[in-house]
Amino acid sequence: MRASTVMLGALILAFGLAADAGPASAQDDTADTLQVPIVYLGEQVAEPLPLSLVEPVPTDKGLAGARLGIEDNATTGKFLKHDYTLVERILPGGADLTAVAAELSTAGQTLIVADLAADRLLALADLPDMANAVILNIRAQDDALRASDCRANVFHVIPSRAMKADALGQFLVSRQWMRWVLIHGINPPDQAFAEAIRRTAKRYRAEIVEERAYGFQAGSRRSDTGEQQVREQMIKLTQRLPDYDVLVAADESEVFGEYLPYRTWDPRPVVGTQGLVPTSWHRSQEQWGGTQLQRRFTRAFNRWMLERDYAAWEAVRSIGEAVTRTNSADSVTLRNYIVSDAFELAAFKGKPLSFRKWDQQLRQPILLASPLMLVSVSPQEGFLHQRTPLDSLGYDEPDSTCRLNP
Amino acid sequence: MKEVMALGFISALACAIGASTAGANTAYVSNEKGNTISVVDLEKMETVATVPVGERPRGITLSKDGKLLYICTSDADHIEVLDLETLKVVQVLPSGPDPELFVLSQDGTRLYIANEDNNFVTVLDLAQGVISAEIPVGVEPEGMAISPDDKIMINTSETTNMAHFVDTSTLEITDNVLVDSRPRYAEFTPDGKELWVSAEIGGTVSVIDVATRKIMEKVEFAIQGVRADTIQPVGVKITPDGKTAFVALGPANRVAVVDVASREVQDYLLVGQRVWQLAFTPDAGLLVSTNGESNDVSVIDVENRKVLRSIPVGELPWGVAIR
Repeated sequence: MRASTVMLGALILAFGLAADAGPASAQDDTADTLQVPIVYLGEQVAEPLPLSLVEPVPTDKGLAGARLGIEDNATTGKFLKHDYTLVERILPGGADLTAVAAELSTAGQTLIVADLAADRLLALADLPDMANAVILNIRAQDDALRASDCRANVFHVIPSRAMKADALGQFLVSRQWMRWVLIHGINPPDQAFAEAIRRTAKRYRAEIVEERAYGFQAGSRRSDTGEQQVREQMIKLTQRLPDYDVLVAADESEVFGEYLPYRTWDPRPVVGTQGLVPTSWHRSQEQWGGTQLQRRFTRAFNRWMLERDYAAWEAVRSIGEAVTRTNSADSVTLRNYIVSDAFELAAFKGKPLSFRKWDQQLRQPILLASPLMLVSVSPQEGFLHQRTPLDSLGYDEPDSTCRLNP
Repeated sequence: MKEVMALGFISALACAIGASTAGANTAYVSNEKGNTISVVDLEKMETVATVPVGERPRGITLSKDGKLLYICTSDADHIEVLDLETLKVVQVLPSGPDPELFVLSQDGTRLYIANEDNNFVTVLDLAQGVISAEIPVGVEPEGMAISPDDKIMINTSETTNMAHFVDTSTLEITDNVLVDSRPRYAEFTPDGKELWVSAEIGGTVSVIDVATRKIMEKVEFAIQGVRADTIQPVGVKITPDGKTAFVALGPANRVAVVDVASREVQDYLLVGQRVWQLAFTPDAGLLVSTNGESNDVSVIDVENRKVLRSIPVGELPWGVAIR
């Protein structure tokens, strides 16, 4: 925490120097510089590790994307006398949010990138000190946060599970792979993804021919002799299924999904939380200028950009875009701009991104990727919508119980 | 100095006219994924040669005498110089990292290069073959333009969403004009009074008054039966008489024809898929568009506003230059 603050200081210093050398030399008067502090609010909680040893386990997932976003904002800001800083607050697990909110509010730090689980996000949003804050959710994919639990001060940058399941479903249906087997884990996030898949199947008239739950506990990622045992278990798990086209894994907890491909009883592709995955970002995405973002990220942080990094980058850039266009750092002004028709974010997806008015979910194309390659991008051809095809993903206005910004 | 410059300009012009009256024009097309330059004979309407070059060739431009082709080989992180007689790379010039697009100064002595990866415009002295300056600009510099009097260089930055005005004598930014999302290309009108800047994600072309550095108007596009979010303006070319602008609309697969005076879109010409860059023949009789996804170029009759032919080139055609 302390080290990262120092690093950020160095970063800001570097920008100051760059600005001095260049065009901002005429702007030596700092009095009328607009200060834009953006808070990155995270919490130290255990997260499931990727089952594969090949996948790196970064300790700055999300935060790195926010840092890059600040850097991008700052480069633009130096031409406009907008000075961006990232206030990094990583709380100990279960910290007192009321105290944190009071502190942030007093410091005038009410633009918040929230790397929090759903319950903590809601608890924060409901505090009186946060009433006029702009809270950008980069972590919690829960559909309820966009429905019964939606809040006017919360924007969802990370796609909902429903959006991801629809993105996957559209692809399967367009390939006419209509008979699905759903195998889900037993933890609540696994169940939630499974529920999203059920909804999608119903929407697109695909058939879930059978569901199975799997309660295995993975334990260590490492094992000297585990390969045979795992294979046997997966074969057993997928035996005697009715005829099906594709196996949908719902294992957000990372306990068995990665073991499914090539180990099923029948030769069937695996999709869902493993195999072919729906995600808002992937290392293989280089279309629409994506290469530049990937390179900037990799150069700065020495690893791939992950989905949460991308969400954090989008969140910070959303604020940056609103500040650039309104010349204001006031959270209410920014909020009003972000939900307006004028707001558009260019985020290497080939289309302008914007927030749905009714639930403040960022609408965006969803990538479908195999471990090393981009396979497709949803919405798929032919999934139309009167507003934008992007609204064919997730809960559309008529289906949503949330009615923000009427 | 000024005289020499003017003389150089006139002789270059004479050359260009000479080339066009000589008959057959040749188009050079960079193929981003193919790592090649396609040589297209515009009389025969076919690709007559394919030249391997460095990795990821994107922006290309001709030397003022029309004998050399400068190539941004982006992933090779340098500029390659192709001799158009021998079709051999005869020189490799430094460019700074990831050169995407560049513009040659009117006097032919400098290349201003957009380094997409590191937020700089690099100034390359062609006589010395060395980098003479680096200008810090916004995030992801791309579009480059030079005013007819050689005094103003423009760079657009895709993520900062600005057109940066650079004084070519001091090499400092004098003004920044905020435009719509993801500006890709900038083009002066021949009289130097207006700057047209396309915004790929914003879906517009901003017309900037060069004197006041203010946006006067935004050209918008709407095509029946084509989704608005697929209309993504990239390349812009204005006829030498200053009357007509052609705007490549990306995945809308069309080139818009815009009346410069009224800003009115008069026509949409259907070309290949994902059309990005454009170039006129020296007499502006023909316009060629690069169609990235269909791996071809479209040849457009400028006066009659008709697409004459599409000609297959290499993989992912990006830039085009014609002599």
